[in-house]
Amino acid sequence: MKDLVPERYALAFRLYPYARSPDQDTPAPPRHPVVIVGGGPIGLATALDLGRRGVPVVVLDDHEGVGLGSRALCFSKRTLEICDRLGAARPMLEKGVQWNLGKVFHDDRLLYEFNLLPEGGHGFPAFINLQQPWFERFLHDAIVAAQAAGAPIQIRGRNRVEAVTPAADHVALDVMTPEGPYRLEADWLIACDGARSSLRNMLGLGFDGRVFEDNFLIADVKMKADFPTERWFWFEPHFKSGDSALLHKQPDDLWRIDFQLGWNIDRAKELQPANIRARVDAMLGTGVDYALDWCSIYTFQCRRMERFRHGRVLFAGDAAHQVSPFGARGANSGIQDADNLGWKLALVLAGRAPETLLDSYEAERVQAADENILNSTRATDFITPKTAVSKLFRNAVLELAETLPFARSLVNSGRLSLPCTYDGSALNGPDCAQMPARSRPGSPCPDAPTPEGWLLNRLAPGFTLLTVDATAPDSLAAHGVQVPRLALATTPELRDRYLGSAPGAVYLIRPDQHVAARWATYDAAAVTAALARAIGKEGSC
Amino acid sequence: MLTTEPNLTRPDDTYARLIASHDGLTEAESHAFNARLILILMNHIGEDAVLAEALAQARRPA
Ligand SMILES: Cc1cc2nc3c(=O)[nH]c(=O)nc-3n(C[C@H](O)[C@H](O)[C@H](O)COP(=O)(O)OP(=O)(O)OC[C@H]3O[C@@H](n4cnc5c(N)ncnc54)[C@H](O)[C@@H]3O)c2cc1C
Repeated sequence: MKDLVPERYALAFRLYPYARSPDQDTPAPPRHPVVIVGGGPIGLATALDLGRRGVPVVVLDDHEGVGLGSRALCFSKRTLEICDRLGAARPMLEKGVQWNLGKVFHDDRLLYEFNLLPEGGHGFPAFINLQQPWFERFLHDAIVAAQAAGAPIQIRGRNRVEAVTPAADHVALDVMTPEGPYRLEADWLIACDGARSSLRNMLGLGFDGRVFEDNFLIADVKMKADFPTERWFWFEPHFKSGDSALLHKQPDDLWRIDFQLGWNIDRAKELQPANIRARVDAMLGTGVDYALDWCSIYTFQCRRMERFRHGRVLFAGDAAHQVSPFGARGANSGIQDADNLGWKLALVLAGRAPETLLDSYEAERVQAADENILNSTRATDFITPKTAVSKLFRNAVLELAETLPFARSLVNSGRLSLPCTYDGSALNGPDCAQMPARSRPGSPCPDAPTPEGWLLNRLAPGFTLLTVDATAPDSLAAHGVQVPRLALATTPELRDRYLGSAPGAVYLIRPDQHVAARWATYDAAAVTAALARAIGKEGSC
Repeated sequence: MLTTEPNLTRPDDTYARLIASHDGLTEAESHAFNARLILILMNHIGEDAVLAEALAQARRPA
């Protein structure tokens, strides 16, 4: 019999085997509030966020679990904070490798070392290294836990979306399963179907940007080596295995190795194990015992869709935007899409916010995508200079970096992924000039220790009114939204991160832990107006 | 603001020093030298707006 939903890739973990759904046997297509297409990291995180908010979600994926193979490796502090909110971060932290030290080499010389060492007083490290399949598996574990606690999340394996028909008040889907096709309708459809998004193509939407004319060989190597847990990056390495090279540690005695191969290569030849081993041997030196775990050759693109919202279809993750991996911004930025979208869609579905709130998803995440694309394009241009003069300056920077500290700040092997501050967002309310810039409206809340635990853990799932040495009611209710107060007393970290020179502070914090507005003292009318604005109801501030 | 009025304390000496610094360099080495010099001076100036003006001036056709 013909396989109706063939596997396009092998699985690392089979998590949601195909099971017939009652939807396949109903005469008329059943309607769901939210359907998510794609069970990659972004689809899973979005489902988890919505499900934990009580919104029924159906996830359709054309496989039965997580793909084998090496992609994302570095997960940022903000990703961990979001996953913690979603109940998934602890196992990630336990399995992941923490690192702070980076070394940058040119040819055979160590140019300099850097220490990410983040300021103290944060619940999570700057980065962890974790294989993408494990990251996805831990998200799935959190979904199973949420389901057990009543979260209305369904994942349907080997359900491939084949056609999408947008209508005014819903989107209709044609789905193929191993047992044949069925139809389904969604009030809202979230497309998390990856960089080659079939939904984007079905809707005839563009995906424009830049292709980098370079090939990167990614080899995950298993070895018991006592290289330190550091990120080592070489420009023009003396061992000649590529124009640049990267060595980075993963859990389970795995090491990620990256070689920049150039544009005109013979892919098949380069992927022959003997040729890969020759490059790895040259890098590691002889006598190192290792096994090749996974290898692939990638080319990289930086591009995004013009719009992330098309009526009732919302695009998130790689389907909406794609970056080169320098700076680890792919999955990390997609998780922030999920973080941004979940609460907004939940409010719209509950009838507490107008549909136009979803336009702010597009505005804020397009701004973030542009920031990520800019950063990752600049890193890629530094690593693979496009013209003779660009290479001249690049090498001048590298030559100077060994002795002159200023030049180190110009060396760009990937600026590490930081979350976007939504400056200028229509959702932002008043700012207070005495307070620190890092927590201005639009910013993700900086974490801080409090006597009862980490600040971010103490924020409510919805909006929070955070007060530091300021009086305010214990909670307020306006526009159908409950806002509990979190009352804190000044500590050195809170002064540095929230108060600045103000004697007290009142912060209205969004469900995605971004600051909506802030004041030196509580004023009920001002807070209510800012809340209206933050949920997309034209408030006056 | 970019200074375009004379500002060098010893213009002829400094200019001669610049030219002499290239003595014995191949063309490629001279280019690399210039690139390093530009980066060092850029950092000394620091101000992005001033550098933007300088870059625009340098780009202007003679
Ligand atoms: C070499 C490399 C290194 C990287 N390193 C990093 C890093 O260090 N840090 C980082 O943050 N990011 C990194 N990335 C990027 C990261 O892998 C992606 O950003 C991330 O996988 C995007 O997740 P996603 O959920 O949007 O899409 P995907 O992971 O692509 O998931 C899409 C899902 O949709 C399913 N699907 C597709 N079409 C259909 C359909 N018609 N019907 C049903 N299901 C469908 C697919 O089977 C898949 O499960 C790297 C990428 C590469 C290639």
